[in-house]
Amino acid sequence: MNDDRAAPGMTISCQEVVELVTDYLEGVLDSDTAEEVEAHLGLCDGCNIYVEQMRATIRALGSVSVSTLSQDAQADLVRAFRDLHRPTASR
Amino acid sequence: MRHGRSPKPSNGPGPDHAYDRGSPAARLAGIEFNDNTDAQLVDLLRAGDADAFAEIVRAWSPMMLRVARTYVSTEASAQEVVQDAWLALIRGLDRFEGRSSLRTWMLAILGNLGRSRGVREARTVPWSSLGPTEDGRPLVDPDRFRGPDYRWPRHWTPVGKPRPWPRSPEEETMAGEGRSLLEDGLAQLPERQRTVVTLRDVHGLSSDEVCSILGLSASNQRVLLHRARSRLRGHLEPYYATDASAAGDRGVGT
Repeated sequence: MNDDRAAPGMTISCQEVVELVTDYLEGVLDSDTAEEVEAHLGLCDGCNIYVEQMRATIRALGSVSVSTLSQDAQADLVRAFRDLHRPTASR
Repeated sequence: MRHGRSPKPSNGPGPDHAYDRGSPAARLAGIEFNDNTDAQLVDLLRAGDADAFAEIVRAWSPMMLRVARTYVSTEASAQEVVQDAWLALIRGLDRFEGRSSLRTWMLAILGNLGRSRGVREARTVPWSSLGPTEDGRPLVDPDRFRGPDYRWPRHWTPVGKPRPWPRSPEEETMAGEGRSLLEDGLAQLPERQRTVVTLRDVHGLSSDEVCSILGLSASNQRVLLHRARSRLRGHLEPYYATDASAAGDRGVGT
């Protein structure tokens, strides 16, 4: 079978790459599959764009707003920390 | 004094992006801890450096609050759990032996406090099993791929092929313009997907940390992460894959 469908990067379909992309980015694919995905990305513009958009989505998630403790609660904690470390706190 | 000698390797892009919110302090606290930075931080805290403490409170509390929220049922309870965890940390600092990173130790304290409080609130989330019905839709529309009879089956069709995004979602999210779009996408995810992707990609926890917090297997964690990330990419796509910059209200999903 010297079919170009068996060439590196072509034994895997785009629809499969789309399903493997997280395992690929997490580095948990076995080495044969990872090589095949990489060979595919070397050939396939669409999948390249797709994977880059997954990365862009992940990066953007690092910038969404998050809730935190109120300023008052944070100040209370710092005060508790200072109290605990006050040199004169010897009772 | 002993400090951690072998921090666990973490998978994935790592936490360094998540706390990179501008301040040097946040960057300090968000970087992947190695022996030195962790040891330095512990030394500063033991020496009573209140600035160092204020810095990690600022840097870690958002992540801790989100983790606490997985144990308890209200935001108010989560706030109390996080404050209690900080108090437990400063009181127990002398007992910290550095066998794990300080952050891992903190997550263990938070987990203990959160779980016992969650039990009292009878909060139970079936994290350990993956609900097959939670999300049956395909992650990418199957019509975007060739059928089985094409020479290269299941490859992108010319129309279905992803188009490059001329603008970067990261820049727009930081600038606030794309933020509501992404937050909207997060809000539409099933709860477990939302929690996993938020802990991993918003707060920068490692896959090991997320598995341990949620009691998930590594493979289930990845399935949830994959579904969430794929959905979010799809949510952004109609907005970014168009050249018109005023396309913000051009419907996402339907």
